[in-house]
Amino acid sequence: MKQMNCPLNGVRNIQEFAHGGEVVDQPDPNRCSDAEWAEFVFMEANTAGVVREWWCHVATAYWFIAERDTLKDEIIRTYDAGELFKERVDFTRPEAPKET
Amino acid sequence: MPFGLIKYALSSSYPGKRFIAARPELKSNYDVVIIGGGGHGLATAYHLARYHGIRNVAVFEKGYIGGGNTGRNTAIIRSNYLTPEGVAFYEESVSLYRQLSQELDYNILYSERGHFTLAHTDSAMRTSRWRAEVNKHLGVDSELVYRDDLARLIPQLNLSEDVRYPILGALYHPPGAVARHDGVAWGYAGRAAELGVEIHQGTTVTDIEVTDGKVTGVVTDRGRVSCGKAVQAVAGASTVIADMAGLKLPIRTIPLQACVSQPHKPILDPIIVSGSLHVYISQSDRGEFVMGGSTDPYPRYQTTSSLDFIEGLMSHVLELLPHLSEVQVMRQWAGMTDMTPDFAPIMGETGVENYYIDAGWGTWGFKATPVCGKRMAEMVATGRVPALIAPFRLSRFENFDQVGEKGAASVGH
Repeated sequence: MKQMNCPLNGVRNIQEFAHGGEVVDQPDPNRCSDAEWAEFVFMEANTAGVVREWWCHVATAYWFIAERDTLKDEIIRTYDAGELFKERVDFTRPEAPKET
Repeated sequence: MPFGLIKYALSSSYPGKRFIAARPELKSNYDVVIIGGGGHGLATAYHLARYHGIRNVAVFEKGYIGGGNTGRNTAIIRSNYLTPEGVAFYEESVSLYRQLSQELDYNILYSERGHFTLAHTDSAMRTSRWRAEVNKHLGVDSELVYRDDLARLIPQLNLSEDVRYPILGALYHPPGAVARHDGVAWGYAGRAAELGVEIHQGTTVTDIEVTDGKVTGVVTDRGRVSCGKAVQAVAGASTVIADMAGLKLPIRTIPLQACVSQPHKPILDPIIVSGSLHVYISQSDRGEFVMGGSTDPYPRYQTTSSLDFIEGLMSHVLELLPHLSEVQVMRQWAGMTDMTPDFAPIMGETGVENYYIDAGWGTWGFKATPVCGKRMAEMVATGRVPALIAPFRLSRFENFDQVGEKGAASVGH
């Protein structure tokens, strides 16, 4: 049974976790072009090697970050998202499209 | 006892004809280079040579032909998809498969069994009805069947309501078939090689040369070749190869596992699939039960099998077919699938001139082998994208114009 170290709950079976995708910067939805937004939504680095990803411990709904080797299926390190994100990110509501 | 066989046994040199020529030396230039010697790449090579007169073609395969996902799928062929684009595409594939043994003069053991996609929830019943209506509108034989029909058509099936997911009905697709998947790769390779296509097994592509936005050559571990056009058809390695050409893809590489049981006498004619339980099962011509399940829960570049998978799959299989409880699993394996966000493949132009992509086949590529070969070859030869595959272009993502096939994929969600 494969196990993962949850920064909040300790070592748990891998079935308790959900994979959340690569850690990528979200472009500002109010300013970026459609192409940039499409790239953010759809494109994947899909790296063959060490990746940095979001994971969630489902039972406690706790999101954290894991570094993992996709070639060896080894989990290198898991840590709280606070290590990467030092301050709160707020998004302003986009302007409503003008009615025509 | 055929005397030919005794002659073979006593002969000091191997008198049989090689199916494909031993690996030739690389030439310095090819009209078309195909990266990936699976069913899709070999079918494309065959169609280029046979129908478009382009015979200066090389297929580069890192391992051996058909050793990737072509030989790792569960060999199911069907066209009961959800979107009109998908149905039209797969329907052409089924029609090509039906006469493929004659076309290739090689028996691919095509066997029409009937295909049932079981529905266990109201929403699955709605999707089944939707698919049946789209299918019938496009001339594909599909219909929604209910519990009484299922009791008659698949008497082996456990229709008890005292299970976790009772069966409410199914989408019945009579033309659903299985075939010998290695045979498809070998048949295309053999005929393509006869027509002059060079098949380079054990040849790893290490770089792709792009000059002024146009592909000019391919570098391998055996040397560099220049090429007029190039096609990549490498499934789980799509991102890695596309990166060499400077392309980014909306693909995640996720392992998909499958297994077979020991052989038994024929007791299960149809192919049974359950999207809710993530199971598909059919009995091969050799009598083995071929079973597959969901994709692995997270992306990896690996083909290792896991006990978790087999445990989960078996509990679901036994809910559907309890009489298989004494059957022993013989082998299990995995392949690396290239999953797209909309569960539809990617075929066509890439933005790099003369460089074409065939990827994103995820868990559904084997059934498209002939049509993909035919249409990819047509595109490479004529330089125009055939209407049948135009909806599957790579640029559909940046234009937010996806082809949503999730409802027709058995697994991976």
